[in-house]
Amino acid sequence: MDTSSGEAKQHHLGPALRAAFPHTVPVLTGFLFLGIAYGVLMNAKGYGPLWSTLMSAVAFGGSMQFVAISLLTTVFDPVQAFLLSCMVNARHLFYGLSMLERYRGLGKARIPLIYVLCDETFSLVSTLNPPEDIDRKSFYLSISLLDYFYWVGGTALGGFLGDFIPFDTTGLDFALTALFVVLFLEQWKKRENRPAGAIGICATVLCLLVFGADNLVIPAMLVIVAVLLGGRKQLCT
Amino acid sequence: MYLTAPQTLLMILAVALGTQLTRWLPFFLFPEGKAVPKTVIYLGKLLPTAAMGLLVVYCLRGVSFTAPPHGIPEVAAILSVVLLHRWRGNVLLSIAGGTALYMVLVQVIFV
Repeated sequence: MDTSSGEAKQHHLGPALRAAFPHTVPVLTGFLFLGIAYGVLMNAKGYGPLWSTLMSAVAFGGSMQFVAISLLTTVFDPVQAFLLSCMVNARHLFYGLSMLERYRGLGKARIPLIYVLCDETFSLVSTLNPPEDIDRKSFYLSISLLDYFYWVGGTALGGFLGDFIPFDTTGLDFALTALFVVLFLEQWKKRENRPAGAIGICATVLCLLVFGADNLVIPAMLVIVAVLLGGRKQLCT
Repeated sequence: MYLTAPQTLLMILAVALGTQLTRWLPFFLFPEGKAVPKTVIYLGKLLPTAAMGLLVVYCLRGVSFTAPPHGIPEVAAILSVVLLHRWRGNVLLSIAGGTALYMVLVQVIFV
């Protein structure tokens, strides 16, 4: 049965991609739209398609890439960029913790799987189980790589389109806020998530008022973890 | 472009390094075959929703409600996202609709 496992891997990637694709269509539409928005915004700041595509391919950090636009248009400070990137992406810690089980025993495939574990890919791989005739590794790899290429492709498209179809991009970055509102609403659908959602919003508003707009993320994260741990008995359902 | 090419490359690497650290840390802390503490599992369940609430507020941190236009474009656009999403539940439609409304508001109405 396992005699042709090396060969089988090759043969399985096609069916795995076909099985994974329908699940990724919402990400395809969302990432093309946001990726194009990102490419266009980078263009507007003077960073052409090669820069925006390189950023998307190497950093692959959705929201952080939007934040980084402001860092690319001010005094050069890579340490600040690194620290802010850790903070903005700190939520990945919890995606990783949730995927420890599902990504167990996948060998070298774990490298690309973990490298591209973003919000949208996490929501899919943490929810879906592979079809019976598709192995776990090929299925999760297919979802992860499809999502990755949507984002990188969208960025390139936006970067090149932006050169030819110039239009007023003021307000286009609201797409990011809208994305988070939508993901919040998706989580809110589950009743057991609602206390945590309310805690997240209230704690961050509180920290915004106390610490100001520039220093709110880390205090907010600490307050959220403290409240979740303190209220564990009430929140465990 | 505000930075030089080598500076931009370093910035890309810095952003990538920070992002990758957050993605890899759990897998380094809890290698295969090691049990995950119950507290961590509990946090892992509730934190995604809380983090999404944090991000929504984070995006709005620069909005002033005392100076004109008093955050009206943001509030109106978010309301439209919520209503569109309750109506159709289509992620793209909700995002595109809210963003389009916001762009009209800040480009045409509250100039």
